[in-house]
Amino acid sequence: MRRTFAETVNRALDDDPRVALVLAAISAGMFRASAARHPGRVIDVGIREQAMIGVAGGLALTGVRPIVHSYAPFLVERPFEQIKLDLGHQDVGAVLVSIGGSYDAAEEGRTHQAPGDVALLDTLPGWTVYVPGHPDEARDALGAAIPGDDRVYVRLSETANRAPLPVSGRLHVVRSGSPRSAGVVLAVGPMLDRVLEATADLDVTVAYTATVRPFDREGLSSLVGTAGNADVLVVEPYLRGTSAHEVAEALADRRHRQLSLGVARDREVRAYGTSAQHAREHGLDTEGIAKAARDFFLV
Amino acid sequence: MTVTAALSRYADLPALIGLMEGDEKHSGAAHSTLDVLWVLYDRVLDVTPATADDPTRDRFLLSKGHGPAAYYAVLAAKGFVDVPTLRGWASFGSPLGHHPDRTLVPGVEIGSGSLGHGLPLGLGMALGLRARKIRRADGTEPRVVVLVGDGELDEGSNHEAISVAGRLGVGTLTAVVVDNDSSTHGWPGGIGSRFEGEGWEAREVPGRDHDAMYEALTRPHTGRPLAVVARVRS
Repeated sequence: MRRTFAETVNRALDDDPRVALVLAAISAGMFRASAARHPGRVIDVGIREQAMIGVAGGLALTGVRPIVHSYAPFLVERPFEQIKLDLGHQDVGAVLVSIGGSYDAAEEGRTHQAPGDVALLDTLPGWTVYVPGHPDEARDALGAAIPGDDRVYVRLSETANRAPLPVSGRLHVVRSGSPRSAGVVLAVGPMLDRVLEATADLDVTVAYTATVRPFDREGLSSLVGTAGNADVLVVEPYLRGTSAHEVAEALADRRHRQLSLGVARDREVRAYGTSAQHAREHGLDTEGIAKAARDFFLV
Repeated sequence: MTVTAALSRYADLPALIGLMEGDEKHSGAAHSTLDVLWVLYDRVLDVTPATADDPTRDRFLLSKGHGPAAYYAVLAAKGFVDVPTLRGWASFGSPLGHHPDRTLVPGVEIGSGSLGHGLPLGLGMALGLRARKIRRADGTEPRVVVLVGDGELDEGSNHEAISVAGRLGVGTLTAVVVDNDSSTHGWPGGIGSRFEGEGWEAREVPGRDHDAMYEALTRPHTGRPLAVVARVRS
């Protein structure tokens, strides 16, 4: 997805004079040619993430469309007050694009991981959040985000599903359960393939989205309305329960049950290894999801 | 014939501040930023209420955001803010709070209050104006002037912006540092040297001397960003 990001942004720099890219050293090598072609529109501030977001806010205040990129912890967590004030409070937008989603950078350890990125942005109003599950979806999300003026976060991952789905902002039904089904499973971004596998023998509706904010409450409400039970399992690749309040709002008009799967909130995993190993540790591998689904749907 | 509107002179600023702070004991002298704000809006910045949305206007960013009564008073004297608006300041429905909000006050370029945000934002504005090739009718580039306090410079984010602006040679960016000796640990070697070391041109002036400040803010400099350190004992 990182390569797709670079291709898409390099093309946007060529096509749209309003676009500028702000970097803090990370990925600078992927934009050298654009920097030479478009002086002043590829701005590498060095390893200075507060300035990176502040500069993006200033650019937006002059009518430029800034795209800002780094590893998730350095893009969202370190300059979080700049995101809150230099973008939101100034009432301007930017497209923030992160890599390293959750534990992609498993070998790097905790310092390079930010599973709380989406939850943190969710404390601020006005953000659209894309969690692409395929490089084509990353391209489509950027294509939707770049021409606008609003605040958009695109969370890229090294984990992808086999096939892309449309990035529409609505929940997309991948498999329909029967009228007597056990409920609805919502897979977010890179979680889809393993969710489909994990729930293959359950009578549930499986829905997918790469657009987690704004959350398609209406879509979830109507899917749950046609399911046999108002039971919803949400599988997100970042902090567990990040969208639980959205599910609660969507189903506030009826009795329902919900379970959230995601990266553990209650402990720091002090281990390196691979992202697959971290997925297993958080119960986000196929087996973990299958077991949680059986328990939750009381099968 | 020249008609001078009521409450539009430097001498009127204490009365305007009094409308907000409610009594006479707060003379203008209590505000370390009053004189430099006046010089900027009266003689330096190319911006008026009529051009407040013009892309080619000069931008002024009050980074430190604290004690904005002097700022609101100058904006009122120059016609950006209606004088009666000053009376309700900091009340629920007033556009004027203890820290300014750009979406509520005409002519205010940034919302500020949390320290250390103005210089990175101002740097981004200067880079944005350059990227968009925005020029005044006479071919010159608009200026971006950021006012910071010496205590505010304690925030590391300023130094990120100072380094980048110096290295990128952003000559349209000016930092006005109002130095009233409020930094917790001080700046040994002087504030100006912090900017000069990063490639800025630095000038030091008495912060109540209008002509000296005007000269320091307008004497030509090329290619490098400009820091004007205005010393104030308040």
